[in-house]
Amino acid sequence: MSGAPDLLDLKLVFVTGKGGVGKTTVAAGLAQLAAEQGKRVLVCETDAKGDVTALFEAPPTDFTPREIAPGIWSMSMDTEASLREYLKLQLRIPVVGRIGPLAKAFDFVATAAPGVREILTVGKFAWEVKERHYDLVVVDAPASGHIVGQLAAPQAINDLVKVGLIRSQTEWMLEILSDQRQTGLVAVCTPEEMPVNETLELVTRVREETTVRMSAVVVNRVLPELFSQRDEEIFEQMREPATEQVLSERAGGAVTPVLDAARLAVTLRRTRSTHLQRLQAGLPEGLPVLLLPYLFARSFGARTTRQVARALGEELGL
Amino acid sequence: MTAQAPARARTVAQLLAAKDIVIACGPGGVGKTTTAAALAATAAVEQGGRVLVLTVDPARRLADALGLKGIGNDEVRIPDDAFGPAAARPRGELWAAMLDTKQSWDDLIRAHAPDPQTREQILANPLYQNISGRFVQSHDYIAMERLYEIHSEGKYDLIVVDTPPTRNALDFLDAPQRMADFFSSRLLRWLIVPYRSRLVNMASRPFYQVADRILGTQFLADISEFFILFQSMYSGFVERAEAVTRLLSDRRTTFMIVSTLEATPVREAEFFSAELTARKLHLGAIVLNKVLPEYLRDAKTDKLAQSMEARAAELADGLTEDPAVAERVIGEVAQSFLNFGVVARREAEQQAELSGAPDVLVTVPFFDADIYDMAGLLKLGALVWD
Repeated sequence: MSGAPDLLDLKLVFVTGKGGVGKTTVAAGLAQLAAEQGKRVLVCETDAKGDVTALFEAPPTDFTPREIAPGIWSMSMDTEASLREYLKLQLRIPVVGRIGPLAKAFDFVATAAPGVREILTVGKFAWEVKERHYDLVVVDAPASGHIVGQLAAPQAINDLVKVGLIRSQTEWMLEILSDQRQTGLVAVCTPEEMPVNETLELVTRVREETTVRMSAVVVNRVLPELFSQRDEEIFEQMREPATEQVLSERAGGAVTPVLDAARLAVTLRRTRSTHLQRLQAGLPEGLPVLLLPYLFARSFGARTTRQVARALGEELGL
Repeated sequence: MTAQAPARARTVAQLLAAKDIVIACGPGGVGKTTTAAALAATAAVEQGGRVLVLTVDPARRLADALGLKGIGNDEVRIPDDAFGPAAARPRGELWAAMLDTKQSWDDLIRAHAPDPQTREQILANPLYQNISGRFVQSHDYIAMERLYEIHSEGKYDLIVVDTPPTRNALDFLDAPQRMADFFSSRLLRWLIVPYRSRLVNMASRPFYQVADRILGTQFLADISEFFILFQSMYSGFVERAEAVTRLLSDRRTTFMIVSTLEATPVREAEFFSAELTARKLHLGAIVLNKVLPEYLRDAKTDKLAQSMEARAAELADGLTEDPAVAERVIGEVAQSFLNFGVVARREAEQQAELSGAPDVLVTVPFFDADIYDMAGLLKLGALVWD
């Protein structure tokens, strides 16, 4: 498996993927791995569901970053808070009572001016990179259907707005986003039909519509290979009714469900491996594909996050 | 339209027989599109009438199965022949349409613009092109708008809607109201005023100072032009958005949450279920896909598997032609059962938490292969049906 030794050397990593494939798990695992390597990491949630912090068994965070595990800070994106910070730091317009309709104005501008919401989100992450507050910023980004719009927003605004402060702001953002040594995108998928299709489409769209580079594809929930070919022959012998009967008698109970479960595991694994092959065949050469095993876990928390970090580290050759 | 409340449906078949619109919603990646298509196809076969599935972004093979290839916004009839390989003859008609966001927006403008000149100006406005084509929130609104449009034409007995993958699963519910609020907003009027009268009043001056510095005068002027044009359609839009909102809460409309029992989708499904209840919207069914078989949770078998793992060598002795391999296989088989058992129990607990809310809760097992033809859709539909 080819590694991606530069993934952890980036400053800003967006983690995306079709809903439900485990992109938050991967974002948390990546943050954990980087922190274990001694980096100061900021992990950002973009949809305020508190999923990232739950994976570190910490309470949800808001817009102000808080250390949730050694070396790991977390924040939750809030576009209105981002606007306030932006006005204060960048334009030196303090948010005071005098500008009463700010909140409404924000709603208005965000709805009217396409991409304002997106740019306040992406801009905040780029700002953290520019200010070097952290060694690595990991973004649990919107699902793959939306990430392209978000990453393309600075360019879109740049095209639309010819003058004004926004224009100069988008320029430094674009510089950071387009810098392959600083910024990368990680697509997460599972070895299933739709996630694989969407990942292949995403890779094309990212190349055509944004200036951001794809850094890796992470395939999550890869099932273990249960049997070798010889194992399977012997397994089939056990499934002969007479043999199965003997086995049940010796074991002291009906083994049929146990053998059925193995058949199910093998079937699931096989269906998935064809999709995995299709993914690997369809990706551009040189783009690292990292495989994460299916976790047979009771629940998801700090322990599974460390397991994911370890698996990612192994795949990256660390 | 009876006076007393109808009895709660006990099966999806009963639910669909009593409703005009089924909105399939829930997290992404759980088979929402496939489930919506399967239900529409099954309804056409079993219940008859004209059934439409309004889908957003079907997998190509699914689109092929529905005969949707290369079609846009217009509804197309799925030929009866498409049901042939599945040995089913539909009693009714199955229709399908794929949502084309840009096309739908353009149609909406054409319908509401007061005159051809305004219409052309809006269609050519760069901001309009961005909003309608590129930015995601507009998809949510247009999906519901399109549903309203089709429903009011009255051509279908049942419409099954597959909702767009949203940033927030609820965006599409709020979209019509947001659109109405937006067009009624005072800020909109403020923004338009100076470009009409060149007079900035006291109330709007601070807003202008901020907006001008951030966005630049030209961009602000572009926005204003766009909204001056849009204002000509103001009342039409607001009325329309309100009508769409009413349709969602109409008793003929029901919601169906599709999910799997994986941790993240379940949390989203729970959230969605709570929100639907809070908004007094009807949660007709929850469909859980890819559910592991029940036998994995059986306590006796779990014990058996533990003992098989411990006694693999003894059990394998003389059982097959190769005792060494048999020992390994028994160990692996037992281990695998125990692993999947952990997942199955976790998922069962999550299923129990979901079961109170809807009229009907259906579980669908893992399929051996992906669904990409009519036979597969009908097989899935039959599992959900009753």
